[in-house]
Amino acid sequence: MELLVKNGFVYDPLNGIDGEKMDIAVKDGKIVEKVNERKAKKIDASGMLVMPGGVDIHSHIAGSKVNSGRLLRPEDHFKDFEPKTPITRSGVGYSVPSTFTTGYRYARMGYTTVMDPAMAPLEAKHTHEEFNDIPIIDKASYPLLGDWWFVLEYLREGRIEECARYVAWMITSTKGYAIKLVNPGGLETWGFGHNVRGLDDQVPYFCITPREIIRGLCKVNKLLNLPHTIHVHTNNLGKPGNYVTAVETMKCVEDLALENKPAIHITHCQFCAFKGDDWRTLESGSEDIANYVNGHSHATMDMGQVIFADTTTMTADGPFQFALYELSGNKWVNHDVETETSGGIVPFHYRRKSYVHAVQWSIGLELALLIRDPWKIFMTTDHPNGGPFIAYPKIIAWLMSRKARGATLKKVNPRARSRSLLPSIDRELGFCEIAIMTRAGQAKALGLKDKGHLGIGADADIAIYNVNPETTDPSRKYKSVRRAFKQAANTIKDGKIVVNDGEILKHVGGATMWLDVQTLEPIKITEEMKRKFKEYWTVEYENYPVTEHYLEVSRPITVKADV
Amino acid sequence: MIHLYPKKEFDLPLIAECINPDVFQNETCEKIEQLKIWEGNSQKKLGELFKVEENQTASQPEKTAITIYGDMSKVRKIGACMQNGEIMIQGNVGMHLGEEMKGGKITVHGDAGGWAGSMMKGGVIEIHGNASDYLGAPYRGSSEGMRGGKIIIHGNVGSETGAHIQNGMIKIYGSAGQFAGFRMRKGIIYVQNDCGGRAGACMTEGTIIVGGLLESVLPTFSIEGVRKKAKIEEDEVVESPFYLFLGDLTESGKGRLYVAKEKNPHLRIYERLL
Repeated sequence: MELLVKNGFVYDPLNGIDGEKMDIAVKDGKIVEKVNERKAKKIDASGMLVMPGGVDIHSHIAGSKVNSGRLLRPEDHFKDFEPKTPITRSGVGYSVPSTFTTGYRYARMGYTTVMDPAMAPLEAKHTHEEFNDIPIIDKASYPLLGDWWFVLEYLREGRIEECARYVAWMITSTKGYAIKLVNPGGLETWGFGHNVRGLDDQVPYFCITPREIIRGLCKVNKLLNLPHTIHVHTNNLGKPGNYVTAVETMKCVEDLALENKPAIHITHCQFCAFKGDDWRTLESGSEDIANYVNGHSHATMDMGQVIFADTTTMTADGPFQFALYELSGNKWVNHDVETETSGGIVPFHYRRKSYVHAVQWSIGLELALLIRDPWKIFMTTDHPNGGPFIAYPKIIAWLMSRKARGATLKKVNPRARSRSLLPSIDRELGFCEIAIMTRAGQAKALGLKDKGHLGIGADADIAIYNVNPETTDPSRKYKSVRRAFKQAANTIKDGKIVVNDGEILKHVGGATMWLDVQTLEPIKITEEMKRKFKEYWTVEYENYPVTEHYLEVSRPITVKADV
Repeated sequence: MIHLYPKKEFDLPLIAECINPDVFQNETCEKIEQLKIWEGNSQKKLGELFKVEENQTASQPEKTAITIYGDMSKVRKIGACMQNGEIMIQGNVGMHLGEEMKGGKITVHGDAGGWAGSMMKGGVIEIHGNASDYLGAPYRGSSEGMRGGKIIIHGNVGSETGAHIQNGMIKIYGSAGQFAGFRMRKGIIYVQNDCGGRAGACMTEGTIIVGGLLESVLPTFSIEGVRKKAKIEEDEVVESPFYLFLGDLTESGKGRLYVAKEKNPHLRIYERLL
């Protein structure tokens, strides 16, 4: 089918197009130079923004922990539900929506690619089954490898290449996309009832430090030529004074970066930018982190912005979730995934009037505004840890308008307000910078060649928003910008119009992207590995891999490794 | 004054949030008949299920008083979120009666289903029969319990009465099931007769008064002393010696649990600790 998006203001930062009035032609799900204007279906986008479909680098949308979160929170469902329509299926949930609803809600905001950042390898099948049920958006998942016993053992012995081979086997057999590290070393230590306190604390039994794990997997990542960098949730997350750890984590891979390419992605950075000795003296460490990131080019990060709402926190960081449980006294799930990782879930309510929560809210925005290069920081809420993803339009308004920030700042805890850096920041982002932070930058960091831009040959994932950049000043009329980003005028996925004025027109399946890592020699299952599977796992290795027929729409990306 | 008569015996559950004085106010009988009600999975009009009559001779010309005659035990969410007015039900009533209600009064001359007065914020619910489980308790999983208002039950109630209650009062002139005042944070629960086990489990503040038999007090409660009387509200004081326990210590709670001394001779062993 041919499609022509006419006369929109196109923002395509990867191709250097900044608000130019032009037409976008689509044929067979790809962007093409031109189409037959008489035959093609035309979409009139005059006076509207045309951007590539949104890309979300970090959003917990599927998998065993998300489903446990759903089970834990029936009260999250009964106030937020969507009845079925002739096209869409019904669904429930505000902070942990059901699979179908997740897809619809993302599509309504013009998002077409979403990454689930934490898949316990053992639970990979569950994650992919949920992916199959998330319509419209393309998705991929990062297996949690930072505390896998194989990785810890081989890295301790310095056998990087062998480690790389096993990581390649793991990514391919779990159909994952990148290497995720969560509190490296800390999760294994949590199995012994403790946590690591810094990059140089030793993990019991394995005698390895978080620094060695991060550096080791960074090298592995490079050996395997993976499209994304290592995706790191730092140690000491959610503890006052942890900005030092975040900076040290970035520093520890400084020498591994090549040709100014990123080597590390620090995720939900807001949660690791706390200064101060305890919760009472908590302050923002965003300035120090921003200074470091502004001076270096090997790190990217995402915000992890806090939204004042009742949400559900879920991470693989078991010890952090335990601390959160002790803090909130709320109900709590804790899980230990055999040899691989751990997990925890705690419902959490961010309140405006709480000093700590208001400071957290401020830190996220400060980071986004103080880091000068939008290609280095991306917009996320770490859904649902900082807040549900449906709050993205609010964040866009805060980033684009000083007035919007001021309006919220007026309502937050007065002590937090007086200490916030936000009143001193004049920067207001433009539509181009927003396009970078919500799609182009994320696609570039992820190494997705066909996403996040509207160049010829790219996937025809397009979002059209009903706001005119020529007549609307986002700084003053932030409410109309917010409204526009909340409900895309049109979302086009693979050349099909799926959303019109915030209404789903078509229920199409989204693809699951995964890496087919091809090592120089095919990976052999050694006797040693079989023995370990027998000894350590409850699942036999023959049953362990996710075969391709598990994925309803499979989109493998072949990667040639150097080992 | 509006009178509602069910036209048939209901088999399927009905969700009737619209039976609410705030909705009926300033509406004609015809408009009221057009209001939507879910019966099972199909949407019906109120007029198809109920006969609506307006009592014009009454001295109350407004439609803020509703009387329902007949068995309503399948009808849920009557008076949900109501703020003013009065509902009287001459018969039994279904689940979620007066959910999140903020004001006004509901009187039931019969039994009520589960979750009556769930998450209520104000107003009065008076039930002359029995009430089922989760009286005044929040929706499953939620910890946002009752925040105000008063619930009076003249019969017995089921389990988990007043779970997560944050304020307000529940008075039961019959017996209560297990876990009365579970995770209670504030407010008062009075049970005139017997009370099932584990009363006040995980409570942090508030008061539970048991006038009848309480089989056992949780081991995480400590005895504070013997009191001559217990006050329910300004003009209602129960004069009888009570054991006073404080707890629940697992939650570092300071909740007060009064248990009538005479009806509970088995608790005399606690006196040794005083």
